[in-house]
Amino acid sequence: MIAELGHFALILALFVSAVQATLPLIGAQRGDAGWMAVARPAALAQFLLVAVAFGCLMNLYITSDFSVLNVAQNSHTDKPLLYKISGVWGNHEGSMLLWVLILALFGSAVAAFGANLPPSLRARVLSIQALIAVGFYLFILLTSNPFERLIPAPINGNDLNPLLQDPGLAFHPPMLYLGYVGFSMAFSFAIAALIEGRVDAAWARWVRPWTLAAWCFLTAGIGLGSWWAYYELGWGGWWYWDPVENASFMPWLAGTALLHSATVVEKRDTLKGWTILLAIITFSMSLLGTFLVRSGVLTSVHAFATDPTRGVFILILLIIVIGGSLALYAWRGPQLISTGLFQPISREGGLLFNNLVMATATAVVLLGTLYPLLLDAVGGGKVSVGPPFFNAVFIPIMLPMIVVMAVGPMLNWKRGDWRAAVARLWPAMVAALLAAVGAWALVTDGPFLGIVGMALAAWLAVGTLVELAERLRLGRDGLGRALNRLARQPRAAWGMTLAHLGLAVTIAGMTGAGAWVKESIQVMAPGDTVTLAGYEFRFDGAKSGEGPNYAFTAGHFTVSRGGKVLVVLDPEKRVYNVSGQPTTEAGIEPTLLGDIYAVIGDQGTTPEGKPGFVTRLYFNPLVAWMWGGLMIMIAGGALSLSDRRHRVGAPARRGAVVQAAGAD
Amino acid sequence: MKSRLPYLLPLGLFLVLALYFAVGLTKDPKIIPSALIDKPAPEFTLPPVAGGKTPGFATADLKKGQVSIVNVFASWCVPCRAEHPEINKLAKMGIVPVYGLNYKDTPQAARAWLNQLGDNYTATGADESGRVGIDWGVYGVPETFIVDGAGRIRFKHVGPIVGDKLEKEILPLIRAIQKGTGK
Amino acid sequence: MTRPLFAVMAVALLLAVLPLSSARAVNPDEMLADPALEHRARVISRDLRCLVCQNQSIDDSDAGLAKDLRVLVRERLKAGDSNEQVIDYVVARYGDFVLLKPPVKGSTLVLWAGPAVVALFGILALILFYRRRRAATPVAAQPLSPEERARLNKLLEGDAP
Repeated sequence: MIAELGHFALILALFVSAVQATLPLIGAQRGDAGWMAVARPAALAQFLLVAVAFGCLMNLYITSDFSVLNVAQNSHTDKPLLYKISGVWGNHEGSMLLWVLILALFGSAVAAFGANLPPSLRARVLSIQALIAVGFYLFILLTSNPFERLIPAPINGNDLNPLLQDPGLAFHPPMLYLGYVGFSMAFSFAIAALIEGRVDAAWARWVRPWTLAAWCFLTAGIGLGSWWAYYELGWGGWWYWDPVENASFMPWLAGTALLHSATVVEKRDTLKGWTILLAIITFSMSLLGTFLVRSGVLTSVHAFATDPTRGVFILILLIIVIGGSLALYAWRGPQLISTGLFQPISREGGLLFNNLVMATATAVVLLGTLYPLLLDAVGGGKVSVGPPFFNAVFIPIMLPMIVVMAVGPMLNWKRGDWRAAVARLWPAMVAALLAAVGAWALVTDGPFLGIVGMALAAWLAVGTLVELAERLRLGRDGLGRALNRLARQPRAAWGMTLAHLGLAVTIAGMTGAGAWVKESIQVMAPGDTVTLAGYEFRFDGAKSGEGPNYAFTAGHFTVSRGGKVLVVLDPEKRVYNVSGQPTTEAGIEPTLLGDIYAVIGDQGTTPEGKPGFVTRLYFNPLVAWMWGGLMIMIAGGALSLSDRRHRVGAPARRGAVVQAAGAD
Repeated sequence: MKSRLPYLLPLGLFLVLALYFAVGLTKDPKIIPSALIDKPAPEFTLPPVAGGKTPGFATADLKKGQVSIVNVFASWCVPCRAEHPEINKLAKMGIVPVYGLNYKDTPQAARAWLNQLGDNYTATGADESGRVGIDWGVYGVPETFIVDGAGRIRFKHVGPIVGDKLEKEILPLIRAIQKGTGK
Repeated sequence: MTRPLFAVMAVALLLAVLPLSSARAVNPDEMLADPALEHRARVISRDLRCLVCQNQSIDDSDAGLAKDLRVLVRERLKAGDSNEQVIDYVVARYGDFVLLKPPVKGSTLVLWAGPAVVALFGILALILFYRRRRAATPVAAQPLSPEERARLNKLLEGDAP
């Protein structure tokens, strides 16, 4: 009954979005207020219907209704409740339903909170959003229906993959989807602008909050995924350049470029065509990611079990949406007239340099991810493109940008003096030098890149603070007035400072966790001690037990430093009952300078012949800085999002003045 | 007047990409082609699977001037079970010797498996450590190699030979190689 | 009828050898006594792909084949092979696919040259953009006097980013 209700709600949602996709669009073309007004209620109704469908699916999982195929394939009565719920999106069909739910959520958010948008723009935006939705509803209903029945119903289900039965991973997909499906809004705004034939400061200001929100969520989603990999996969890795990871990273890179580019449109009325293209590309990367994960063209630890018909369907969807939008861009793009002029060395020039680097990085990651597929398609054989390639090309591309990031905000709009700016950045240079020397002295056997990473992190952090101090006129007016000014800074300004600082902290974290990991693998008998990175790990033995749906072996480690006991770690090795799959749960103690990390493996014999367990012990430096830095970046984005300017509305359009100012 | 070319470029690039994707959908990224095609079979000698009537085999057996089949199997491999009747069928046809390479198995388990499913191999080599398998580039089971009379590997089939694969793929290839026309 | 059967077989084939969790998988009993050789083994292993896994190196994977290859790498090192010789040994058996760092050869030229080409293209586009802008600009502004410049800076600095 509930399954049929959910199915029906989904079909209704399809019809509502079909209406939402056509009437307002035609209405905006014709200037028909009545038809345009269909957009808002339609978007709200669509969201409600999808939410009902999603709620039904969730109910089926919670009640373990195995007469529904999707539930039988992915759930089990013994699963804890949290994972019954997160199991809803731990599979292809359910996650597609989450996809359209979030698509509808953003649409209804614009319907509800987009009162400051002109009706024709809002109508067009919601129509485009609905057009995308129609494609995905059809995809779900025709190839990936989560409500399909399984008759006769089995007594129990197949269980969710144990790797996914984890709190971090429970939240990773919703966060990720809020991010990269959220970029659909920027896309819809861009298409609406192309249809209208104009992009101006008002448009840039309207699109910014949606883009920022999506960016914040995507950053969080990627962070959660990395964090999960770090503590779950048992050796402290957090990024593998896996195709599906790249699929979420590319929209992030393009989306970051978009945020910076839209600033130029808003402030200086230029880079319009490029910004529109970026908005299209960002969401196209999201769609591409959806294709790569679900079509089976690439192997990946994340790929869902696939079916070629689904691949074909998504490809057709891709061709229509991306091809159509790029065709529209080719047709209408040249009509976008930019008036602002600026020198290469200027604030705009700095932002454009950011775009150059981000776009290059996006293209390079795309090339590496797709290369095996491309080569095989032309019959060139099979190759693997793994972390060695990506690390070798990605890092050099990003380095110049980090350097420029400290200088850019110090430059004036239109025409800047880089020599003066760099001169004023002397504290940052000193900091970089100190960091380099410190890194070299403290970590004598680390790779050169470690020193470079810390130096750049220091450069960026102090450089950002120098810019802040200048803006507050700290040097001239003294601390009191500067603090006063700090409180009165627009939140968007805070946002930039925090985001850049956050990135600096993240870079420092990535350098430590990437370059300076200390590892020790051995068999330990109870009572044995291993010293690593100045910490003493004493193995106190292991015991076995039963969890809710698994059996485990837990080890005890007492970790001390200089004789003083710091922490007791309890890593586990689990075997899940239904699937027989093993997982490792690491014992982790985060400290400011690094994580103490212990993993217990199988039984073994020590070199002295005593029975014991394989133990893997790590010290992962500065890992907390990675997560902290990401959180600071997100805080910056969120702060910027809450800026009054976004809610008050944009200045009145100066359409006639803009067009008269001269064409390009 | 603005040139349209830069505006058309993204669309052009995308359409090329879409074409590659379409072709890519017809391929299977998990199947890895053999690096040993047209190369001589690796040098090896394998002892027989204990408790059976058939001897082990070595590289020399594959160079006797006739096309041979080398079938990699294991008792712990589920698809091998489904494939084995076809392998037996092929062996009983008598057109080519069919050698079994028992990969990373224990003698007892392999013997029991063969007794249960029927052992029509010309010879069966026990590769308990899997090292010979590595020399053949084996990465999963079952895999089947077609070796020509000179001892060169001419074809590798990954996965079980079930359904009409024997008639449609393997037998025609064997005949073609026997005639000397090759692949 | 055979297609779903084959699909199940394929899955079973992979599950038969697929690793299911991934601790850094080197076991103490595999490790070499000589730390320099062991370090080389780890470095080499990190760049060799586990063929039955989805996108992991043999250093990371628990799979049987990964373990066999790890042991093989160490044997070759003990036998005196250089790093390159060990890698060539594995590639001779499994092809280029086993390398996580794609080899630089004709078929991967586009891949390795790609980043530089893209970067150059981007820089070129940027240069053209600025050139076209300058061409469209009317008369160049006259230089400002120091007082004008100071006033201008003050006004511009008051502008929030």
